[in-house]
Amino acid sequence: MAADSVEREILIEASPEVVWGVITEPEQISRWFSDEADIEGHAGADGTLTWRPGGRGGDKESDAVVPIRVVEAEPFRRFSFRWNHPQGAEPDESNSALVEFSLIEEAGGTRLRVLESGIDAVTHDEAGKARYLEEHEHGWEKHLGELLDYAASKRRGATR
Amino acid sequence: MDTAVAEDDALWVAVADPTRRRVLDALLEQGEASTTALAEGLPVTRQAVAKHLVVLNRVGLVAGRRRGREVRYAVRPERLDDAAEAMARVAAQWDRRLARIKRLAESVQAEAGIDL
Repeated sequence: MAADSVEREILIEASPEVVWGVITEPEQISRWFSDEADIEGHAGADGTLTWRPGGRGGDKESDAVVPIRVVEAEPFRRFSFRWNHPQGAEPDESNSALVEFSLIEEAGGTRLRVLESGIDAVTHDEAGKARYLEEHEHGWEKHLGELLDYAASKRRGATR
Repeated sequence: MDTAVAEDDALWVAVADPTRRRVLDALLEQGEASTTALAEGLPVTRQAVAKHLVVLNRVGLVAGRRRGREVRYAVRPERLDDAAEAMARVAAQWDRRLARIKRLAESVQAEAGIDL
């Protein structure tokens, strides 16, 4: 796993079909992610996620509109998208972060795993960083991954 | 823009670079070291190490103090804690999203009344 990535998972007492609906249908996306979602859940679809002032994104003065492109949509198994690329630009490794969901059927439900990677791409240059922060004030909160363990282990090491 | 957010972002960028993490590693191992001493143990030039130290110093992850003719650097562990906290918040954000997904999916499943 790259340093600029975060991986989390959760066990859900629902079938992969149900979980799939929640993570891919726009009316559901706006209930767990952005305040509004204008995106179709099939590969290649382009759309936007919108955070409203006073909504899930926190105290903003105006809407934060973030582009999203569905990369992969393998029903009930895998769903991935790129986001945070500049509006109108072709998303790739250099200008966007990649979010990958995988659904694994288990006894009693579905294990849902999420991996977000490529955070550096949207923060590494000054222009990109400014845009990222402007469009998604709390966006940096997505950064993470091994760095957490890294910092924690170094902290322990430093005080030993 | 929130100053704390900008600060955390700078901290993130500082730690995200693999070479800078190696510099931090080396510093933690040696406790305190000069630019020259650090460069000897790393596959990069002294100039590169110096540049990385400037970035790390700017976000407060390391501090330098003059010892005779050279400056010796050391890690500031409290700033590493800040970095860890910032990253913990990132994880927490995805955890919150996953928890919402779980609630939504489980209520849909219950409403449908279908056994798993």
